[in-house]
Amino acid sequence: MTVYTAATEADRTAMLDAIGIADVEQLFAAIPTELRLDRALELPAGMAEQDVYAHLRELAGRNVSAEDELCFLGGGMYDHYVPALIDMLISRSEFLTPYTPYQPEVSQGNLQVMFEYQTAICELTGLPVSNASVYEGPSALASAAYLAKLANGRRRYVVSAGVHPHARETLRTYARGFGAEIVAVPLRDGVTDPDAWAAAIDGDTSAVVFQQPNFYGAVEDAAALAAAAGAPDDAARPVAIGAYDPICLGILAAPGDCGVDVCVGEGQSLGNRLDFGGPSFGFFAASEAHLRRMPGRIAGETVDVDGRRGFVLTLQTREQHIRREKATSNICTAQALNALAGVVYLSWLGRAGLVELGELLLARTHYARETLCAVDGVEPLHEQPVVREFALRLPAADVERVVERCAAEGVNPGLALPDEQALLVAITEQRSRADVDRLAAVLARAVAAERAASATEVLA
Amino acid sequence: MSVAAGARDREPTRTIFEQGAPGRRAFVAPPLDVPAAPADALPARLRRAAPPRLPEVSEPELVRHYVNLSKRNFDLDSGFYPLGSCTMKHNPRLHERVAALPGHARLHPLQHPRRAQGALELMWNLQAALGEIAGLPHVSLQPSAGSHGELAGLLLTRAYQEARGERRTKVLTPDTAHGTNPATVTMAGYEVVKVGTNADGGVDVEDLRAKADEQVACLMLTNPSTLGLFDPNIAEIAEIVHGVGATLYYDGANLNAIMGITRPGDMGFDIVHFNLHKSFTQPHGGGGPGAGPIAVSERIAPYLMRPRIVRHDDGSFDLDPDEDGPSIGRLRGFQGNYGCCVRSYAYIRSLGAEGLREASEVAVLNANYLLALLKRAGVAEYLPVAYDRVCMHEFVLSGAPMKRALGIRTLDLAKRLLDFGVHPPTVYFPLLVDEALLIEPTETETKETLDRFAAIVAEILREAAENPEVARNAPYSTPVRRLDEAGAAKRPVIRQQLDVPKEAA
Repeated sequence: MTVYTAATEADRTAMLDAIGIADVEQLFAAIPTELRLDRALELPAGMAEQDVYAHLRELAGRNVSAEDELCFLGGGMYDHYVPALIDMLISRSEFLTPYTPYQPEVSQGNLQVMFEYQTAICELTGLPVSNASVYEGPSALASAAYLAKLANGRRRYVVSAGVHPHARETLRTYARGFGAEIVAVPLRDGVTDPDAWAAAIDGDTSAVVFQQPNFYGAVEDAAALAAAAGAPDDAARPVAIGAYDPICLGILAAPGDCGVDVCVGEGQSLGNRLDFGGPSFGFFAASEAHLRRMPGRIAGETVDVDGRRGFVLTLQTREQHIRREKATSNICTAQALNALAGVVYLSWLGRAGLVELGELLLARTHYARETLCAVDGVEPLHEQPVVREFALRLPAADVERVVERCAAEGVNPGLALPDEQALLVAITEQRSRADVDRLAAVLARAVAAERAASATEVLA
Repeated sequence: MSVAAGARDREPTRTIFEQGAPGRRAFVAPPLDVPAAPADALPARLRRAAPPRLPEVSEPELVRHYVNLSKRNFDLDSGFYPLGSCTMKHNPRLHERVAALPGHARLHPLQHPRRAQGALELMWNLQAALGEIAGLPHVSLQPSAGSHGELAGLLLTRAYQEARGERRTKVLTPDTAHGTNPATVTMAGYEVVKVGTNADGGVDVEDLRAKADEQVACLMLTNPSTLGLFDPNIAEIAEIVHGVGATLYYDGANLNAIMGITRPGDMGFDIVHFNLHKSFTQPHGGGGPGAGPIAVSERIAPYLMRPRIVRHDDGSFDLDPDEDGPSIGRLRGFQGNYGCCVRSYAYIRSLGAEGLREASEVAVLNANYLLALLKRAGVAEYLPVAYDRVCMHEFVLSGAPMKRALGIRTLDLAKRLLDFGVHPPTVYFPLLVDEALLIEPTETETKETLDRFAAIVAEILREAAENPEVARNAPYSTPVRRLDEAGAAKRPVIRQQLDVPKEAA
């Protein structure tokens, strides 16, 4: 058993003497006897470090990770390469083990990282204000909707069906709490139906919400979607919220240039590992008007008494520990270490690299869609531009069974969307042309086998 | 005496955006192994006009920049960090190693459950362990932090009560509560009603009785409280709350005091959140990541977030989307902060039942020992304990007499502690104690560290008696000294103003 405590018998005796009591039990005298647990917790006995390691390794061995198969899964998290220097930096004691920088004099590292991160997110999004991170993508979107409610007091959200299903559901969960309704706008030809979108927006609309690229990989006309909410200088227009995949922002029009007021998103693709869904980070950027309604920590630049440049947590009068029930959000602990990985990743990619990566993904995604759609029994779900992910339709085969057949050959072909008879395929810089060609071959066999199998079933 | 403050640490700092040179880079893109995308693959109107002005630096520059920045942080691995209510206990490196195993770290969240059996079993086991520790059997690992768990708790309360045809409007929180509690109440669409504190530091039961009515949905409570005191009236409190049909919510921030000793479920709580980054050693990361799983009683269980982990008869695990049930739905994407779960699970398996109990016992022993040291002459007259009782894992001192007698404030004491290589306690919280210091040593600190801390506090007070200016102007040895926070808030500079692109395109 490993306990990480240090109190020896001699220590305990000396400490109890100093306190003036005879045994540790007396320390718990305030807890009524009938509330004490009169038995040991029913948990497995403690183990030595090497045994815990062996157990956790055994559990890891029963997962098929992106290291074990050729993985085309996406749908919100992506198997991008995480550079080695990130592993090194996020495991440094100085970044890993402190808490929130409540004492700025000894937290300049963290605070400056936040400031750099905010700058990088502002650059990516083309918006002037960013916080230092929120939990993750879908809850970031729900928080953006809450900001809209604080801004205009209205309680109706117009939400595109292209928004990730987890994000739509998270928004619904949050909105039920503070009492807001959601109006869903369907897709047409793979993107948000512009007519239904315009028709859904009314004077009671608090915010309009879309995703870029949308869940099915299609690039939306963000500028048109935002414009449908009203002119940017119209203070009464609903808040335009865009949930973006940040890895695409080297090539896709900046949200700030499209009239988006609040840009949020899942930050995992920026230097964070998959981790079966978290921890990662959510980013949250906005126009100047929303600065004082932002959730979460914000670092600001200042000077110390000697005139030296420094950084502090700022605008804290928005936050729960100061404003309590009047706070703009309840968020406290968020994702500082993951956001650090994010800004290091963006600096590692650099100005040219983000664009080059975006172009590479675009070219490979285009190639992959063409190649896979050439497979017999496979067609595109939509014809819209795609930049890193796309949806295929398998009209005559059970998509879940196709996925199983591919997996048996060591290829995870993507996410099965049984309702649409579709397969969502994601591309990263770790998936080469040869990998795509292999997927095409495996998928062709799987689709053919499924069609043969279902034909046999029909005959039988 | 210094906080890792070499001469170099005090040079003017530059951001990553102020380094590098046009054209410099770290990343090398893989070769373009497919035909270039045709121009119409992404129409011009959807394209970005000018690239984001990200840094242009080499990898060595990048490493040096962030390593040097890291040295401008104080951290738990370097020194004592008695930050009350944050449970800054040792972060075992084993946890980092196991969380980084590719089977955990590179597991895609949408991998089919059949091919994620190890992860689902881990989560199942962790749920069972947390349920046992809380005394409440139904657990969701989904919330991302304590405040997220709180939101879950109130949304669950709402769903449960609405299913019974009730629409309640108010949530009670003690005036000692963490700020997240009242903030959550507002986000969940309720109105906050504050409950007072009695002379012993517990809930004012008469005030509670007066305020508990049919409009009250929930009482959110921390026990031990943020004063570090166990409320012995908890059974009566639970009875009052349940008597009006409200739920009792346990803020698990202070769970480290009671693991294996008493259980929130046995006290009458309906919903509990855990802070994996407090009691269960997920490293704090400079402000996250964390995780805030919740455990609930039978009557709340049907409304828990989805998806849920289920075990089939053949022993295999699955994710049940539960689309037709009364679940409140999702609170976030995917299955929660799995990486944090891996670390906390490793911790629970390391300690076992006996080890968890020992952790709590020593946490409380360490706190009471440190309190005893600080009750000695030379300290106690300036920094009296706010409520003079046996404390749990943390305690509150008041700096009000120090301010009057020595002319230094709690803030000054905190800043002077920095010069001694110690992270200050939580200051000015809880709000109801004047000039408060909330001190939580945790179980992983040695007696020698506690002795040294008490000696440092006594030394600072002696020094202030001679010359209060020393503390008033502290710190001296840190990378920067006191910062102009008011100026930062008045004229917020929250991002770097970048010039026109460094290279002419």
